[in-house]
Amino acid sequence: MTLYAVLFYALAAVTLFCTLVAVTRRVLVHAVVWMVGSLLGTALIFLLLGAPLLAGFEVIIYAGAIMVLFLFAIMLMAQEPNEPPEVRTMVRRRLRARMFWPAVWGLAGIMACMALISFDPTNAAPLAAGRVSPKALGAWVFGNAWPAVEAVSLLLFAALAGARYLGLPLVRSDRPEKMGESLDLDQPPCAVTPEDER
Amino acid sequence: MIVPLNHILLFAAALFFIGLVALVARRNLIMILLGVEVMLNAAGVVFVAAALRWWDIAGQGMVLFIMGVAAAEIAVGLTLVFRVWRRTRSLNPDSLKALKD
Repeated sequence: MTLYAVLFYALAAVTLFCTLVAVTRRVLVHAVVWMVGSLLGTALIFLLLGAPLLAGFEVIIYAGAIMVLFLFAIMLMAQEPNEPPEVRTMVRRRLRARMFWPAVWGLAGIMACMALISFDPTNAAPLAAGRVSPKALGAWVFGNAWPAVEAVSLLLFAALAGARYLGLPLVRSDRPEKMGESLDLDQPPCAVTPEDER
Repeated sequence: MIVPLNHILLFAAALFFIGLVALVARRNLIMILLGVEVMLNAAGVVFVAAALRWWDIAGQGMVLFIMGVAAAEIAVGLTLVFRVWRRTRSLNPDSLKALKD
């Protein structure tokens, strides 16, 4: 077992542990911080597998941009007030009951994948070391896959426009004759102070 | 590096199923989005491993596009979650019953 293999297994264990902790946290900020650890571990695995540009993008886009977006979204939405401990233990017991069958199915899926993978003798060849330079990857992407680049840029623009539209304050009493009062689906059922709409 | 492809695939499968469990078992819209993120990440690991195994750069190019799609999905998804929260004051997906009779 070479040093690289030891590094890979250690990184895989750390990444799996961070992800497992992240998806089981009840405090959302803790979940996001553990998720950053998982993404950094994945970035190092990309680096080990010969993809330095993707490792950099993993840190920049996933751990940098998307997780900060998650943090801002969590900060924008107020958390529920803390429940008393007896309610919390009840919630935890119900959560454990709800996690049971998905965990069983997940474990069964992992076992099935293991069985499918490890009985294929052609897949057992060890990976040779290979490294794709960022220049080569960029040349390939913009040379061979430029329609996909255009499609992704169009998708990002559509996401920008869609997020802007969905984040707009809602049409309310200024045009009641067109929309109709009853069709105003985004009017909250409970009383909401007007500062929330800004 | 000398790691069999099997082990990388196993690691990616475990990551994917952790994301799947988060997607179906958590009752919180933000945690559901985080589960989708984990699953996309696992798919990226598989693509990079396949690019190394079959010596083809297209797998690594695909991961770039996965990252673009994930960024767009998270932007729209978080905005939708924020809109749901503004309407129901809750992040529980069970509170979305507006279309239920």
